[in-house]
Amino acid sequence: MRTAFSIVVLAVVAVGIGAALLAVPFGSPKTQVGDYYNEHGRAQTGAANMVTSVVVGYRAFDTLGEVTVLFVAALGLGAVLSAAGGRSGRREVQPASLVLLAGSRFLFPMITLFGAYVFLHGHLTPGGGFQGGAVVASGFLLLYLGTRGRRVNRIGSTVAESLSGLAFVVIGLIGLTVGGRYFLSNFMPTGALNTLFSAGIIPLIYIAVGFKVGSELSGVIDDLVEETA
Amino acid sequence: MIVVVASLVAVMLAAAIAALVFRDLLSSVIASCPVSLVASILFLFLQAPDVAMAEASIGAALITAVFVMAIRRTSRYEE
Amino acid sequence: MSFLHDYAYYIGAFGLVLIGLLIVLTKHNLIKVIVGLSILDTGINMFLIAVGYIRNGTAPIFSRPGLEAGGMVDPVPQALVLTAIVIGVAVLALALGIAVRLHREYGTLDMRKIKELRW
Repeated sequence: MRTAFSIVVLAVVAVGIGAALLAVPFGSPKTQVGDYYNEHGRAQTGAANMVTSVVVGYRAFDTLGEVTVLFVAALGLGAVLSAAGGRSGRREVQPASLVLLAGSRFLFPMITLFGAYVFLHGHLTPGGGFQGGAVVASGFLLLYLGTRGRRVNRIGSTVAESLSGLAFVVIGLIGLTVGGRYFLSNFMPTGALNTLFSAGIIPLIYIAVGFKVGSELSGVIDDLVEETA
Repeated sequence: MIVVVASLVAVMLAAAIAALVFRDLLSSVIASCPVSLVASILFLFLQAPDVAMAEASIGAALITAVFVMAIRRTSRYEE
Repeated sequence: MSFLHDYAYYIGAFGLVLIGLLIVLTKHNLIKVIVGLSILDTGINMFLIAVGYIRNGTAPIFSRPGLEAGGMVDPVPQALVLTAIVIGVAVLALALGIAVRLHREYGTLDMRKIKELRW
């Protein structure tokens, strides 16, 4: 019964997706919205990276919704895993092997610096807040692998996450009063193309998003790590 | 060029089938890591460097680490 | 051969969606089902990026002063897939937290046994 049902569902999904893929020709221009964003993105937002100008400039409200979903998921994970097995205070820091310990201590500031570079230059090169935040969280993961028993300061991580989420909304509300008088309008000068201080509020939003995603994903890793013995 | 793309797609599908077939949960999770990695390379061939960077850092590194930590807290076999 | 040349990425995305759906429908261990969800997610993202590709286009970044906007790939599917990847990792982490909690409560991760254990 169950196998027959799964075969029917697979066949329906295969026929549906196959027909959709064959009807869409590969490599031909399909929409006109993308052409509009490519042509007018430089003048209207000032960013050199068109994907950044779509994510944070033209469709910034969707990014605010995504940041909210990320926040709710991290909150739910903390709530699910916290009961009946909480933290037992500060334990002894037990190091791993020498190569892992020395390597993680050497690499952690460099990985954090690289992550900060990625989310600071989101409007000039490929990158942005989400990628930079994930790189910073990978640095924290390396720290967990290197020294067993060391935990991230949870209060500092929570404060950084909440303040950066608040900063995103406050930047949007400032756009409501000055500038174009709608939520998340651009109130900073656009500046010259391909320089660091350009593209209006896009670097500010991406700095807030980078801090938020980095501290959130390292909080998720910290929730799942467990002490054995 | 098409030979490179076709062989990368074949590696990706083989890794996904390996994640389906393996009974050891740790091997199954490690077999899902090349799927993410080759998908990141294919995103680069499709002229999407932002998406490639996001998939490589999030999909290949953080998801696998989260899976391994969850397997460590539950059972490893029994599939 | 020209069929393969045109549709190599489509075959990859289609195969990943089917394999992910097969894992979700037929396997009984909860962590295996979540691995299948992750593969399904990657397949859908690959499908979206493959649809947005334009032949002989370049990445939509004005890094040099000589590039023009006519020969660039569509940036809108890339923005949507960027959002989808990050939400995918958040949902998978939450699902794994629920799986860990289920294992702590019931002692097993087999979905058939958990369905039989009524409260």
